[in-house]
Amino acid sequence: MPKKNKTLNLNFGPQHPAAHGVLRLILELDGEVVEKADPHIGLLHRGTEKLIENKTYMQAVPYFDRLDYVAPMNQEHAFALAIEKILKIEVPARAQFIRVMFCEIGRILSHILNITTHALDVGALTPSLWGFEERETLMTFYERVSGSRLHANYIRAGGVHKDLPRGLDNDIAKFCETFPKIINDLETLLTDNRIFKQRNVDIGIVSKEDALDYSFSGVMMRGSGIPWDLRKSQPYDCYNQVNFKIPIGKNGDCYDRYLCRIEEMKESVEIIKQCLSMMPKGAVKSEDAKITPPPKKELKESMEALIHHFKLFTEGYRVEKDEIYTAVEAPKGEFGVYLISDGTNKPYKCKIRAPGFSHLQAMDYLIKGHMLADVPAVLGSLDVVFGEIDR
Amino acid sequence: MKSLSDLEKKINSELTTKINDSNISHEQLYLSIDNEDLLDVILFLKINNDTKFKQLIDITAVDYPENSKRFKMIYLLLSHQFNQRIVISCLINENEVVSSLTKIFPSANWMEREVFDMYGVKFKDHPDLRRILTDYDFKGFPLRKDFPLTGHTEVRYSEDQKKVIYEPVKLEQNYRNFDYQSPWEGTKYIKEKTKE
Repeated sequence: MPKKNKTLNLNFGPQHPAAHGVLRLILELDGEVVEKADPHIGLLHRGTEKLIENKTYMQAVPYFDRLDYVAPMNQEHAFALAIEKILKIEVPARAQFIRVMFCEIGRILSHILNITTHALDVGALTPSLWGFEERETLMTFYERVSGSRLHANYIRAGGVHKDLPRGLDNDIAKFCETFPKIINDLETLLTDNRIFKQRNVDIGIVSKEDALDYSFSGVMMRGSGIPWDLRKSQPYDCYNQVNFKIPIGKNGDCYDRYLCRIEEMKESVEIIKQCLSMMPKGAVKSEDAKITPPPKKELKESMEALIHHFKLFTEGYRVEKDEIYTAVEAPKGEFGVYLISDGTNKPYKCKIRAPGFSHLQAMDYLIKGHMLADVPAVLGSLDVVFGEIDR
Repeated sequence: MKSLSDLEKKINSELTTKINDSNISHEQLYLSIDNEDLLDVILFLKINNDTKFKQLIDITAVDYPENSKRFKMIYLLLSHQFNQRIVISCLINENEVVSSLTKIFPSANWMEREVFDMYGVKFKDHPDLRRILTDYDFKGFPLRKDFPLTGHTEVRYSEDQKKVIYEPVKLEQNYRNFDYQSPWEGTKYIKEKTKE
């Protein structure tokens, strides 16, 4: 009698703790081997791009916080850079260093979340308990500078919203001293851990060619051994003034990607230290009164300032007709904004290029032939956040 | 190619008939081509040793309802080797079908699905052209300019039917779209006057 092959369809998510949000993954299983994976996304679709088309440029910034909500400022940065390039605004040096510093804080925030939840998915509980304590500290830095732990709305076109409050630089410097020890602690728990290695080594291997073909970026690409980082190759703001290394992987498996993230966190700490020591005194936003609001003090005395303030927060500023693509190296990869302005106070179109979108797309390619238990491991190492994928 | 202007010359000489227009701004090369030449141009850019645009960054469309060719397709490519970016655009009619890039770049699959979902542009030879971001059974194409910001339907949990139901959108207050154009700078007749 011929053997009957019958595949089983399994619905993974949308409410599954290892799905990292609202992912519905339809798996076709032959025994325990995955034959096909069909991710259904869009359960968190909020129409961000449509909303941005109907908001002024300044009102559009908070929507970027809500994309990749574990590293909010990195997204704001991409949008601010796009506007600045069109308007040809010069950003003061201090603002550039503050932005870079907070983007690196965002990178650490994102990598801690990813590493610890990835560990949680493959069975290690403790890293998340240790890691989240550090995330909380970092989020208080966000809160002190912008007033909010997550949705910062801090990086604006022309600079940042406000200067650092007194004492914050010292506290960040202190954090930079203590945090490397925490990374080492995490590493003692995971890097040589037998179970962690069994679950990750040689799982979800990506070759160099496939990393390019599947539009991978960030750690997903560097893990496969392609030395590409927008902070180095197309530096924006003051990234060309700070020294840092780009860790790359060798085998392109989940374990290499984990190692890359650990090393990137160490480099981020170095960048933050350098930013703190190199940061000059001075203005934190462009002096162009048509773009940035006047200081509060002036509002009480100057009629001009009052008018500018009123116009900026009602009409907003106008951006001349242009089309531009700008990308930043967000923690998850290349985060880009394709902005089309038409001379009015609202963007005509704002396409958001989220790195996680292309990464998740490759799920079928990555998981084919693996066991069901490898699905959380691969998904964890993809570093998906549905805020940015569904938009 | 070392510099963008060299790249522009190279592309213009190799693909003379296929390039309608090219210009460099913001350190990116903008090409405008015809819909029929899309596959040829992209394949050339990917394979040629002097271009090596090995990665497709994104695909999107823009809606210009007042134009006879309503949509502008936009393809963003990146060459890691030469550290260059290129923006390719082509204009299409509302009912025109675009060739799918999935054979050249597997990652085009979802990007094209998204364009289909948001704008209703159809792709020829696409393996799996389904909606991707919007709800199951969603009607309409949300990023078209004639699609209202609030959408057409809203959902709520119905206590009677014990399930989530769809209803037409009811707004307590109409959506207000203010005209912010300053009467001192914005209105047309004054702008024309100052020009004279």
